[in-house]
Amino acid sequence: MGLTDLPGTLIAGVWRQPSGRAALVTLGLIVAVALAGPPFLPDPAAQPDVLGQASLPPGSGHLFGTDPLSRDVLSRVVGGARVSLAVAGLAVLVSVTIGAGVGLVAGYLGGTVDAVLMRLVDAALAIPRLFILLLLLAVWDRIPLGALILIMGTTGWFGTSRLVRGEVLRLKQEAFVTGAEALGAGRARVMFRHLFPNTLGPLLVAATLGVGDVILLEAGLSFLGLGIQPPRPSWGGMIFDAKAELLTAPWTSIFPGLAIAATVLAVNLLGDALSGALDPRQS
Amino acid sequence: MSRVLEVENLRVTFPAGDGRRVAAVDGVSFSLDRGETLALVGESGCGKSLTSLSLLRLVPAPGRIEPDSRIRLADTDVLALEGDALRAIRGRRIGMIFQDPMTSLDPVFRVGDQIAEGILAHFPVSRREARERAVALLRETGIPDPAARADAFPHQLSGGMRQRVMIAIALAAEPEILVADEPTTALDVTVQAQILEVLDRLRAERGMAVLLITHDLGIVAGRADRVAVMYAGQIVEEAPTAALFARPSHPYTRGLFGSIPRLTGPVERLRPIPGTVPSPAAWPSGCRFRPRCPYAFEPCGREPPRNDVGPGQWMRCWLEGEQR
Repeated sequence: MGLTDLPGTLIAGVWRQPSGRAALVTLGLIVAVALAGPPFLPDPAAQPDVLGQASLPPGSGHLFGTDPLSRDVLSRVVGGARVSLAVAGLAVLVSVTIGAGVGLVAGYLGGTVDAVLMRLVDAALAIPRLFILLLLLAVWDRIPLGALILIMGTTGWFGTSRLVRGEVLRLKQEAFVTGAEALGAGRARVMFRHLFPNTLGPLLVAATLGVGDVILLEAGLSFLGLGIQPPRPSWGGMIFDAKAELLTAPWTSIFPGLAIAATVLAVNLLGDALSGALDPRQS
Repeated sequence: MSRVLEVENLRVTFPAGDGRRVAAVDGVSFSLDRGETLALVGESGCGKSLTSLSLLRLVPAPGRIEPDSRIRLADTDVLALEGDALRAIRGRRIGMIFQDPMTSLDPVFRVGDQIAEGILAHFPVSRREARERAVALLRETGIPDPAARADAFPHQLSGGMRQRVMIAIALAAEPEILVADEPTTALDVTVQAQILEVLDRLRAERGMAVLLITHDLGIVAGRADRVAVMYAGQIVEEAPTAALFARPSHPYTRGLFGSIPRLTGPVERLRPIPGTVPSPAAWPSGCRFRPRCPYAFEPCGREPPRNDVGPGQWMRCWLEGEQR
């Protein structure tokens, strides 16, 4: 379909912007290391029972040093990248799917359906997300990874649904929607075949920025012990574990902190560059 | 001549805000025979586009077609259809071309796929077959290199080509009626002529009936068999095209002709119609053209009768005989 050359055009548009280029390179590097790195690194969970291997500074055979349990910090940061990126990606996929569906239905059908859905969204937006998360996560002693993803996904779509609804309200005025109806297209067809692809641009920007949000949120939750459960490595969890050694072995918290900052910054820059690439006035 | 469309007393109303409903189309009746072209002429806001959207029941909310209206497609009562039955006539029985080819095509799909969509919606054919038919339709509209154009996105085509694509889309499901709502308004004059040419040729080849909606009397001459002139939600005069041009009868129709520059004959000042079209909420009682009419006299405060003025020609006016 016509959407096939969208990715190419977008990547080219992002690449033209210096910040977009930096974001692509950084993210590409992080993803590549997360995907390909582990076989070349020590097991992040391994605690070699070797005296004198604990809290080693960077260098000395361990590029990022070791933590107090003598685990390799680099391999834990890389393992954390896998988990963080996967969790963020899946959670955003869930929230974007729900948000786009609700926004499409509300915007296209309008009337009572729209009013009811949007009032529900208003109500949900009035409650802080962290509060809902803490409430839901309190159910488990040890939160299963799948549940964590689902919960973060299902609490993150409210803004997206508003965005998509707004786009749909604008697109509904365009003649091609009436045109599709005049050809005998049904509601579902108009919504998913004509309206949805036309909202993909803003949706993609929102999703990208959403990934940054979720990474931060997950790190925060993990820091509170409510996110990803040990021994599975997570950036937030590593910082939490390292807080006692903040002064004696700062590398144990600096590297996961840098990983969070670099990833979120790159993702946000990518989001900005995407919205720039989608804006015809800038091309 | 077989009758393909019959519209009787069509009324489309909108809420006025004070609980009343205002009729933007108020008692429009016309019919269409197989193979003929009827032009619906009027200024913006006279209700001609709403009339055309009504035929497919696409009047935008909160507008509503009043229940005492009648739209019959040969044997089908359009106003009684719902759901799948309604969708089955859209595109299949009545095809529609919209005014602005810039916004009437979906920007994210190749035009060939958009034509194929209309085919797939109504015929049980494979994608490959639909695509072949789409290319054939593009060829019929006179697009050069149709197979390559089918792969183009709307923004890669010129206005004239896009309008040809729109025509191909409207014809995709082989409708018996083609509604062309200001099909050339957004185009250059030379391209306008080409598009009208294409429409006329396809009408003749396919034996379709065409409802040509326009504000431009210039494109009506030589294209339409009959002309219906609309003013303020009503048809004020209907006549065979030649008769209308030879002897426009309703003061509004005469006003329209008076405001068109002519290339032949002595140079005259254009005589624009004074005033503007009132909004539907402010239509006067009796004859709606009365406030702007140079001939207005006492009876015009009452609803004017349908007044026959010649073979196939009638108007909604109190003027008679010598008074005209």
